[in-house]
Amino acid sequence: MLELRNVSAGYGNIQVLHNLDLVINSGEIITLIGANGAGKSTTLMAISGIVPVRSGKILFEGEPIHKISPEKLVAMGICQVPEGRHIFPALTVQENLDMGAFLRNDKDGIKDDLDYVFSLFPILAERRNQDGGTLSGGEQQMLAMSRALMARPKLLLLDEPSMGLAPLIIKQIFGIVRKINKDHNTTIFLVEQNANQALHIADRGYVIENGVITISDSAENLLKNQDVQKAYLGI
Amino acid sequence: MDYFIELLFGGLTRGSIYALIALGYTMVYGIIGLINFAHGEIYMIGAFTSFIIATVLSIYGFPLLAIVVIAGLAATVWSSAYGFTVEKLAYRPLRKAPRLAPLISAIGMSIFLQNYVLLAQTSDFLPFPALIPEFAFMEPVAHIVGSSDLVILITTTLVMIGLTFLIKFTKIGKAMRATAQDKTMAVLVGINVDRVISATFIIGSALAAIGGLLIASHIGQINFYIGFIAGIKAFTAAVLGGVGSIPGAVLGSLVLGLTESFATGYVSSDYEDVFAFSLLVLILIFKPSGLLGKAETKKV
Repeated sequence: MLELRNVSAGYGNIQVLHNLDLVINSGEIITLIGANGAGKSTTLMAISGIVPVRSGKILFEGEPIHKISPEKLVAMGICQVPEGRHIFPALTVQENLDMGAFLRNDKDGIKDDLDYVFSLFPILAERRNQDGGTLSGGEQQMLAMSRALMARPKLLLLDEPSMGLAPLIIKQIFGIVRKINKDHNTTIFLVEQNANQALHIADRGYVIENGVITISDSAENLLKNQDVQKAYLGI
Repeated sequence: MDYFIELLFGGLTRGSIYALIALGYTMVYGIIGLINFAHGEIYMIGAFTSFIIATVLSIYGFPLLAIVVIAGLAATVWSSAYGFTVEKLAYRPLRKAPRLAPLISAIGMSIFLQNYVLLAQTSDFLPFPALIPEFAFMEPVAHIVGSSDLVILITTTLVMIGLTFLIKFTKIGKAMRATAQDKTMAVLVGINVDRVISATFIIGSALAAIGGLLIASHIGQINFYIGFIAGIKAFTAAVLGGVGSIPGAVLGSLVLGLTESFATGYVSSDYEDVFAFSLLVLILIFKPSGLLGKAETKKV
């Protein structure tokens, strides 16, 4: 579904990603794990078209997309929940969700998806008229994910959904990620520092170090891999 | 008492005109963080456009109402086109430049437009036709509240209601608020930020053009320099109310208009600006974010 071929990208004089190769198949949950500054968020931003690709290709359903503008990528079905949630603080929960469906005009479909995200996160229904900025960190993460789902994505990019959250909430969020994947066959690309949790729900995983993919294997094997255990699982 | 009410209405009229211009400043600032110094010139161009159209139409003997409507529409469309073009030519290429660059560009645009109108028209004050008639029903109170005051107050109120509706409930309004709050995220939900910015300039310019038409008809004369003065005053009003805040711009404008009106009436018209800007300094000392501006709360 998504393929990165030899992708290099960066900001200004700093090149962050060096000849990255990565494949995501339809319906999979793929995780990208790595330390701070390894290039995880940059990878997502390159896929979303925010960070320009300097060389190489990004293919989505066989089409090159690295020269397409970010808002068109959303229309094609690639949605990102960025690091730090980026809730619109002075928009209500409902308005935040409306923004997620910004490019859609199918009223019935939007209504269905709204019901769906409220069934995933009932707390959001309770708080629908509250400003997004007044929610707790966990609720904001739920809102950010729901907002992305409102675009009915084919590929959902999640950037550190567990950041700064309590262990119980993290568990709930990861459970929901899995449910989203099952319910709508949504392909999920999950970037995480919390390698243990991420590998437990993922099908396959990639390890990134200093902008280079160093290991690529099934999630099961990665959990057993000694280098991964030492560096990312704290075992 | 009559005198007080007269000053009160004078202040409200002035304030509502400031508000029409201040909204453009504040909306643009809210979205791209730029003080659009050329905004006063957009207002001036609105006044000139309606002047030209109104003069031509009155030569052909159009009825007054038709003149007002056609001149108003022409001024709105023409000013919006200017606002749109100025953004596209002078600010968009500098979107990623340091903040000072578009600011200087804005000052340049302001000077350019002033001199362009100076050359195309004249430096003299031109008599603006009275577009708002004296209503018969206003006669008993005409010595306190003029008909044009009434029209200005009603028109601005309607425009404000329309704008509130647009920003609160329409798709483009929500997109404008979202873009103002978080540009990266706006892009990530599929909003075309360039288009939203253009829309903001167009709406702001349209409001300024309506202000230009109203005030020119109220005062009865225009020249190329009116945009500069009005721009500075409206900018002051926007800062007073908290730049970036839409209700703040309206409140700041009314406070500024009333202050000026009462200062002129009870002290001396020479002190009008002294009072206006002293008020600005005081508010900035005690509430640097302006009357309704507030520091954003963000959760990480």
